[in-house]
Amino acid sequence: MNLWQTGQVAWEGIAVNKVRSLLTMLGIIIGVAAVIIMMGVSAGTEATIAERIAGLGSNLIMVSRGFGGGGGGPGGHGFESEGLNYEDTLSIGEQVSGINGVVAEQIAMSQIVRADSSTIETDVVGAMPDFPQVRGVKLADGRFFSQQDLDRKAKVAVLGHTTAQELFGDADPIGQSITVGNVRLTVVGVMDEKGLVGETDYDQRIYVPLTVAFDRFTMSRRFGDRVMTVYVQAESPDTIESAITEIDALLRRRHELTAMDQADFTIYTQGDIIETQEATTGAFRSLLAWVAGVSLLVGGIGIMNIMLVSVTERTREIGIRQAVGAAPSDIRLQFLVEALVLSLVGGLIGVGVGVGGSWLFGRTSDMRTVVVWSSIVLAFCSAAAVGIFFGFFPANRASQLDPIEALRHE
Amino acid sequence: MNEHLIEVQELTKVYGAGPAAVHALDGVNLIIDEGEFVAIMGASGSGKSTVMNILGCLDRPTDGQYWLGGEDVSKLNKAQLADIRNRQIGFVFQSYNLLARSSALKNVMLPLMYSRRERRSASEREKLAREALEAVGLGDRTDHRPNEMSGGEQQRVAIARALVNEPLLILADEPTGNLDTSSSQEVVDILRGLHERGRTIIMITHEPDLGAQAERIVTLIDGRVVDGEEG
Ligand SMILES: Nc1ncnc2c1ncn2[C@@H]1O[C@H](COP(=O)(O)OP(=O)(O)O)[C@@H](O)[C@H]1O
Ligand SMILES: [Mg+2]
Repeated sequence: MNLWQTGQVAWEGIAVNKVRSLLTMLGIIIGVAAVIIMMGVSAGTEATIAERIAGLGSNLIMVSRGFGGGGGGPGGHGFESEGLNYEDTLSIGEQVSGINGVVAEQIAMSQIVRADSSTIETDVVGAMPDFPQVRGVKLADGRFFSQQDLDRKAKVAVLGHTTAQELFGDADPIGQSITVGNVRLTVVGVMDEKGLVGETDYDQRIYVPLTVAFDRFTMSRRFGDRVMTVYVQAESPDTIESAITEIDALLRRRHELTAMDQADFTIYTQGDIIETQEATTGAFRSLLAWVAGVSLLVGGIGIMNIMLVSVTERTREIGIRQAVGAAPSDIRLQFLVEALVLSLVGGLIGVGVGVGGSWLFGRTSDMRTVVVWSSIVLAFCSAAAVGIFFGFFPANRASQLDPIEALRHE
Repeated sequence: MNEHLIEVQELTKVYGAGPAAVHALDGVNLIIDEGEFVAIMGASGSGKSTVMNILGCLDRPTDGQYWLGGEDVSKLNKAQLADIRNRQIGFVFQSYNLLARSSALKNVMLPLMYSRRERRSASEREKLAREALEAVGLGDRTDHRPNEMSGGEQQRVAIARALVNEPLLILADEPTGNLDTSSSQEVVDILRGLHERGRTIIMITHEPDLGAQAERIVTLIDGRVVDGEEG
């Protein structure tokens, strides 16, 4: 018999017991679908995070206020860390070499914004002159703030793309007046579309000079001019290292910390975030591999189990085939192919369920899923390997049956 | 020695061991030439089926020699025995032994599927199977499954299966054991027809009427051939 005929015989064997065959395939189906869905979720998450990190800007160095204690020692700042402030940000811009710009931002709470004809509620963000350059958000029209605006606390605003349309429609917003909370501001610029980066919608914002935000749009006066994160853009990847060293030295000096003290700030880059991320997804991946492996193992044992039952049930058929000339290798191949077909059909259904499930999962949850082709190939090949591996023992047992005993079997 | 189709010397078959051992065959000698029609008769338990299974290469003797067409069969491995069963032997069983889920045509095609020497195309296999079914008078029953046919018809399908590969030797172990008198006679008529066209036929039967229609009767008692050892 050639492989095609053997495949047909195997298919007939499977088709006779449809329900049982389906139940047998269940383990494989679940295993394969699990691999595809979970790989899809992890790839989707990774893609989202990669986008979010890239969306921060390029060649970025981030400085955040440190966790906990700060300088501690005599002359230090005590337990309550002051963290970073506006002055720190300005001095980084003035004193550190090899950088394109520095910004600190203050995300203010949402505010009622009124123009002549419309009223909306949106987030007000305090920003600095280098914002468009450092954060990679382009200006569509007008201008961004100057250092002078910040120094003089000028009552000016730059609108996000969507905000501009909501407030002014097709009319030109430049030079118009808006009221944010109870502060009157003049619109000096409109940002280009940037879209959603992670959960942040850059287009639904109003930017004001950071100093104005400190004075008029802060959660609490107590915060003063403190900032959470300072974004520094290096001129190129090559200057990142030296810039970090300079920033560290500068901030230690400003915060009166010696080289031995624990810093009250943390410096990190996009690369650091990606590394942390990769460590997490790496752990997730190996968990996945275990889940998939166990499912496939269970599926394989299920196939072996059913094939053993099938060999027993069909002992007489085996005897008949032997009597008309089937060699042990023919019988072995028949049952091996049957196990293989079971696992391949299970694998195929699993791919369908996995792809469909990924899609549904992406639609119904806020997680993004990506269908990873290599995961389909991997899952499918594993299913085939499981079929051959676990099919071999029953198939071999069938092939070793004695023709006379097989024919006597009731 | 080689002019005989079958030559068997001092064949023994022992089931079990020690005091409980059953000597199913106890030194059987038998010669059958090409083209003969031989009936094997004997009481139940006298070893007829045991001999037949060994002649059909389905079973191996405990001791003794068996030459089939001059070849020492006891030296062959399982795959080689399977090839002999496929090419040289057609077996007909008392209980038909058809594949229950397959049509008559599929059942008859089965030996062709396992041919290692000749690779026939699907249409060729079907043509040969149809011809074999026509030869046993079932040309109009090709698509019926075993459970849609009478016992006599099923046995004729089994005969068609036995002759489809044109074997030298057709072995029938009580082919009429489950059939009524008229069906039995039909089956024997078909076997006689095959014999007339040159096939060698060995048939086990209980019924003297049917046995008498063969050319020679071999009689077994307690695992020994007591009559008709040689033609
Ligand atoms: N598989 C077996 N195990 C033990 N004894 C067996 C087996 N097959 C046959 N026998 C014994 O061998 C003897 C011959 O059996 P068999 O060839 O079937 O006789 P017949 O076909 O002439 O009725 C009987 O006594 C039977 O009980
Ligand atoms: Mg018998």
